[in-house]
Amino acid sequence: MAIEKPAVDAVIVGFGWTGAIMAMELANAGLEIIALERGEMQDTPETANYPNVIDELAYSTRGKLLQDLSKETVTIRHSVNQIAVPYRQHGAFLLGNGVGGAGFHWNGMSWRAFTQDLRVRSHYQERYGEKFIDKEMTIQDYPVSYEELEPYFAQWEDVAAVSGKAGNVKGQILTGGNRWEAPRSSEYPLPPLQSIYGAQVFSKAAAELGMKAFPVPAANASSPYTNQYGVRLGPCNFCGFCEGYGCYMYSKASPQTSILPALRQKKNFTLKSRSHVLKVNTDSTGKLATGVTYIDSQGQEVFQPAKMVILCAFQMHNVRLLLLSNIGKPYDPVSGQGVVGKNYAYHMNSSVNVLMPKGTQLNPYIGTGAAGSALDDFNGDNFDHGPLGFIGGASVYHLRTGGRPIQQSKPLKDGPSWGKGWKASVQQDYQRTLPIYAQGSVMAYRDTYLSLDPTYTDVHGQPLLRMTFDWHENEFSMIKHAIDGATKIGKAVGGEVQVNLRKSGSHFDTRAYQSTHTTGGAIMGDSPNNSVVNRYLQSWDVSNLFVMGACVFPQNLGYNPTGLVAALTYWSVDHIKKHYLKNPGPLVQA
Amino acid sequence: MSEKPSRRRFLQASLTLIPVVTLAPHTAFSATPSPRGDDSTESSSKFSPRYFTASEWAFINAATEHLIPEDEMGPGATECGIPEFIDRQMETPYAHGALWYMQGPFLPDVAPEFGYQQRLTPREIYRSGIKACDSACQKNHGKPFAMLDVASQLNVLKQLESGEITMEDMSATLFFSQLLKNTKEGYFADPIYGGNKKMAGWKMIGFPGARADFMDWIDHPNERYPLGPVSIDGQRS
Repeated sequence: MAIEKPAVDAVIVGFGWTGAIMAMELANAGLEIIALERGEMQDTPETANYPNVIDELAYSTRGKLLQDLSKETVTIRHSVNQIAVPYRQHGAFLLGNGVGGAGFHWNGMSWRAFTQDLRVRSHYQERYGEKFIDKEMTIQDYPVSYEELEPYFAQWEDVAAVSGKAGNVKGQILTGGNRWEAPRSSEYPLPPLQSIYGAQVFSKAAAELGMKAFPVPAANASSPYTNQYGVRLGPCNFCGFCEGYGCYMYSKASPQTSILPALRQKKNFTLKSRSHVLKVNTDSTGKLATGVTYIDSQGQEVFQPAKMVILCAFQMHNVRLLLLSNIGKPYDPVSGQGVVGKNYAYHMNSSVNVLMPKGTQLNPYIGTGAAGSALDDFNGDNFDHGPLGFIGGASVYHLRTGGRPIQQSKPLKDGPSWGKGWKASVQQDYQRTLPIYAQGSVMAYRDTYLSLDPTYTDVHGQPLLRMTFDWHENEFSMIKHAIDGATKIGKAVGGEVQVNLRKSGSHFDTRAYQSTHTTGGAIMGDSPNNSVVNRYLQSWDVSNLFVMGACVFPQNLGYNPTGLVAALTYWSVDHIKKHYLKNPGPLVQA
Repeated sequence: MSEKPSRRRFLQASLTLIPVVTLAPHTAFSATPSPRGDDSTESSSKFSPRYFTASEWAFINAATEHLIPEDEMGPGATECGIPEFIDRQMETPYAHGALWYMQGPFLPDVAPEFGYQQRLTPREIYRSGIKACDSACQKNHGKPFAMLDVASQLNVLKQLESGEITMEDMSATLFFSQLLKNTKEGYFADPIYGGNKKMAGWKMIGFPGARADFMDWIDHPNERYPLGPVSIDGQRS
């Protein structure tokens, strides 16, 4: 029998960005809150202290901050007819773990969505006609508009101390910013980070082609900043250890850096680490959550009753918890019926490398997670898709996250991989290789989805999540268009340009890192027939259950997801506070 | 224990071949004297492996020196302590496969895009791979890998890389890629792990190690960074 704890107002499952935001806002509203995090407690002084954190082998190579796959992973297959096999080693995506989640080891690129990103189906139908969208594509509009989300993007950018340059404030186009961006109510909280040399080279080359690059919006503070919770961040020193690391400078926004110092002062908030939630409990009707069952740090099974349950685990884990808890109808790719697991999506990336002249000093180790310049001429619907025939686009940018030698001093394509030739190539190319990346949207399809695996289990004996995913022609065309553009910029930089394009016919490769921007599976929509949650991220089936994170994206956009994830969380919690708490029940009538 | 004296002598001799002086690219800027002197720079010759047997240790030393040879750009694998690094890694959870999902069923014949689907841990890959490679060398050349002449060793490594050598437990390419990956890690990881001695890997490419503060150089575009590397435990150069 499970130990039963005293009831609380809200139990939060998972303590990354969305868990920290939810906890802070609901604690401010006076609720009694328990947050359950299955990983370890980790904070800057212990887990990200200098010089111990400047350890490429322990952190980004062996994955000190990553999910322990020996206990739980996912299985992957390319199509419904295959047998899925486990993702045994970290590769294509890097699942976070512990307090802060992936928000502790992320890079800090913090984007808003384009207005049309949130209404992709309607927008493409209006501009290009009904027939433009492939029948196998299961894309749908977000049930919330950019205009509605704008104040919540602004709130997030304050909490995360985002550094950047606005390109559009209330409709006025500003020099130096992103002219394509949706209208902002105000400038960024902080001015942009200083421009690294590679970004200057990239911007100049783009300008010669008539494109205006702008600073990547960075949750790496460009100067000291105190956010709305009274938490102070320090200026980034370009140490080059963001992705895979905690920030020893208190400059990169994270739940630890930006929220916890204020949140842990609250007596109505409790954070329990090493507490692994097995399922959401529901009452006999199945329409109301009664709490969650978890394994505590001593290995005991505990029932935590709560008036509200908020799923704040990573995208995949939220979907898995819904499936394990029998909440919502699982998606069936054959009939197209059911919603849980539907519309899994990802990012499609490629790059070009420019070999600048010998003697160039790009100093690749001078960097930070979001230090760079980007342009959106190939992103969203900022160009005419009519003759191209695909949907979506890619952000194109030069970024220097650091020059950490184990993972970032790879020899160029076709170069020797060992011996004297390898040494010579690494030595020559380390300083003069300028990468230009394209990070592109992935649409949702009838045959890409998440479900429970029939064979493999986790350490607790529960089925692993199974991912069925492969690339589609639309994305190959999209990334080729963006890489053609990046290649032109590379040629304008001068020097040899090497193109690394993901080509049509290739399959999703789980081995090499691509992106941790996995989305969908518990998508938001305007009806229980097409979605798991409503516009306030409230479960259609269980009205006191809310689901946060990129799992609610109906399809993915050509930007890093964290800005939109955080804005949706602030939007949701604002409606919980203003409406749900006064009158618990469905916020949208089905 | 059953090794012939002549072979043991060979191992001892081969492990004490240390280049006299190696000039790294950033010597001109490394005016700061090391506060630790040379006490942290013992070579692999003084290190006693804990995981590898004597014959395995001979293989690791000989093979890694080909993967990262000594040349005008800097010292090679053995002087950099890479064999020591690999041996010490063998005692970590990583080498026991404890960081990986290792539940069956194992389906090793699925497409390579699905990643590692074997049940072998890195420790087992080394143990089994070295044995298979040495057997092949014995059969084809009458000697284990470490006793072959340099040209033959190079040839065997190429055969491992291309999978031409047959191994019972795995493909030779798996063994080779494990060895190559760990060798490069040992070249570039912080010296606290036993490799990258005198921070030679970092000096070779000009990486400043654990300095991790470039506030004063962000506005020096296209200028060489003036300071040499530092390590986590305070070595400077």
